Amino acid sequence: MGKRVGIVGVGQTHHASHRLDASGVELIAEAVTRALDDAQITLDDIDAIVIGNMDHFENINYVDMWATDGLGSKMKPVFKVTTGGTTGTTVGAAAYYSAASGLFDVVMGVGWEKNSESDTQAAIATCANPVLERDPFAGAIGPLATEYSMYMKAYGATEEDAAICAARDRNNALNNPYAHNRMHVTVEDVLNSPMLSYPVKFLDMCPRSDGACAVIFASEERAKKIAPQPAWIHASVVRHDYTHFGDLEWQWMPTLERATLQAYKIAGITNPVKELDVCELYMPCATTAVKWLDSLWFCDRGMGPKLVRSGATHMDGILPINPSGGVVATNPIGATALIRVGEAAWQIMGRAGDRQVPGVKKALATGFGGCSWSDVFVLGSDLP
Amino acid sequence: MERVAVIGVGQTKIQSGKRETFHELVWEAATKALADAGITVKEIDNVVSVSSDFWDGRTISCMAISDTSGGFNKDITTVEGDGTFGALYGMMRILSGSFGTTMVVAHHKGSESSMNGITNTSFDPLVERKLGLDAVSSSALQACRYQTVTGGTEQQFAMVSVKNHGNAMRNPMAQIPMEITVDDVMNSPMLATPLKKLDCSPVGDGAAAVVLAAERSAKKLTTNKKRVWLNGVGHCSDAFRLGDRDLADTKALKAAAKKAYAMAGVTPADIDVAEVYDAFSYMEPMWLEGLGFCEDGMGPEMEERGTFDFNGKLPVNPSGGRLSANPVQVAGLLEMIECVLQIRGEAGRRQVKGAQTALVQGINGMCGQAHCVWILGK
Repeated sequence: MGKRVGIVGVGQTHHASHRLDASGVELIAEAVTRALDDAQITLDDIDAIVIGNMDHFENINYVDMWATDGLGSKMKPVFKVTTGGTTGTTVGAAAYYSAASGLFDVVMGVGWEKNSESDTQAAIATCANPVLERDPFAGAIGPLATEYSMYMKAYGATEEDAAICAARDRNNALNNPYAHNRMHVTVEDVLNSPMLSYPVKFLDMCPRSDGACAVIFASEERAKKIAPQPAWIHASVVRHDYTHFGDLEWQWMPTLERATLQAYKIAGITNPVKELDVCELYMPCATTAVKWLDSLWFCDRGMGPKLVRSGATHMDGILPINPSGGVVATNPIGATALIRVGEAAWQIMGRAGDRQVPGVKKALATGFGGCSWSDVFVLGSDLP
Repeated sequence: MERVAVIGVGQTKIQSGKRETFHELVWEAATKALADAGITVKEIDNVVSVSSDFWDGRTISCMAISDTSGGFNKDITTVEGDGTFGALYGMMRILSGSFGTTMVVAHHKGSESSMNGITNTSFDPLVERKLGLDAVSSSALQACRYQTVTGGTEQQFAMVSVKNHGNAMRNPMAQIPMEITVDDVMNSPMLATPLKKLDCSPVGDGAAAVVLAAERSAKKLTTNKKRVWLNGVGHCSDAFRLGDRDLADTKALKAAAKKAYAMAGVTPADIDVAEVYDAFSYMEPMWLEGLGFCEDGMGPEMEERGTFDFNGKLPVNPSGGRLSANPVQVAGLLEMIECVLQIRGEAGRRQVKGAQTALVQGINGMCGQAHCVWILGK
């Protein structure tokens, strides 16, 4: 059987809408250097590397080859993975499995994106079937608006419920020096921001950022030597269902339900709200921060608004969600889901700075993308 | 460490201008691989697809094949690059203990793509891309460098093309089997000095799938005859910029091969048959040097002596190689499938007698920046 694996180092760039000071390769180098410093190891200690992003944003083919100088991968094993929005967690999973396989001891996963060089929505639009679905489902905002409208109708959720989550995450980002959007926002500010696609408003929606993230995974023996408190991987699960948007279930998220159910089972979690201490969740729009709570098994179906309004998910609640500010504050797409894993790891390692939740033993990180792709990581302070 | 086996293989015929969509090609390959293994999609724990948003002209291109690859409601993921790297990740997912079986499936539809434009985007956007470099012109530079270092001639390169197209005559899945002569290659249109049309692999469409299984699952699911073990693997990347490499130096390949041989506990002398990445004729002797099948600089001469012919000391590319069928991301998986069939003794008219141990080599990036080397055994 495979080896137990822990995260021993995390690095990320300072994210911004336009990092004109750095090329894509330089962004990668910034994240890689910081991750190595965080783990207090050098490039020589890295046995293998995995990288990911989304091809059509920067129009660079064979990114794993192009990024060599930033990755430090010359004369090292490297390959690329990519799955759309979930790319970051896909990278994390590939690095995790590489270390767990026994073929490599210390493996670095790197996600990056330089959205300032891309036409993001146009690129995303091409994920839909060109004949059947590309016209109605162009871009990311439309489908998210559709699913929340249906949730509102089914369960009586409101625009204000989403705005509460937008304000929560955006204000949390004030504690995160790496976040792209750092501004104090009220619920009214969110509700008064321009409508993008009903019911999604400007401040509900994630930005597009330039940035990169590197996370270093190590097999048990090496992890114990490198880090005083590794963030151990308790579960890594992916679920994907349909190829066409029209086949999807819109009122809840079956892939997230199934992925989290399996992850909780592997990690031995029976009551996630009680047993998890913090969450870093890929919620690309504040509406999903209401709607997807059901599918995370945090509450019964349709009870997302009640949980949000209870304050349970705020920094002083019983299960803080997105202390980093989450995706609505920072979104370098190929790195976004890996940042969730890295931030969750830092919470366990006690290195989350001003956004640290005290005494974190178990953390949940997720990735979302594609036509309903759900990735889940459960991290813990104790060996699995 | 637990062993991993290939228990099923499937591929489409490689052709240009196929009418099926790429997800239909994936369905065909995946279905054949399941049938070959004698299992159903229910017994597949997870799926690794190999696809490229560039070649598919579609972002998140793996999303388009998740249903036909058998990935519905499963743990699925995607490697972008050559199929050999997809197989590597598929094996690591099994070795982690999380999965018992992995479907690895790759697809490519070159006839709907622009080779020049797509491979041009593999180069540095500020300098090299503006020069118009693509897979053919950069490989031509590499071929020139290789000639300078080894004294290899265009005729010797042409012999590789003659050999491999001839081998393809015995492979019903190959795209362009041909009985040709060195003169035919020499007289074919010049694309970029010294590469002529018949020194270059064709543009084609197709898909390929392999089913991998942990030892514990493999013995339960299949008969001994179907199982071929993945005994060794190594991968390694060289520098990105062409100017930062000596293009005739195969050090990244040597590092990858060293690891694969060591893991399998074999030497080049133990290999009975090899499938190497001959996207261009000159690549075959060059990679054979890197793999340790001949001394550095001796590749072209050894090709001329017939060492790597079908009846030679070490048959190389009995399938016809990439020169006879090159659906890019699929290519490495086709090599792996060929070696599985050779080891099983199911390679038909192109069967290498007594093949027990085989070598597979896939590449990523331009001019073989990265390599993935596999050792397969009985």
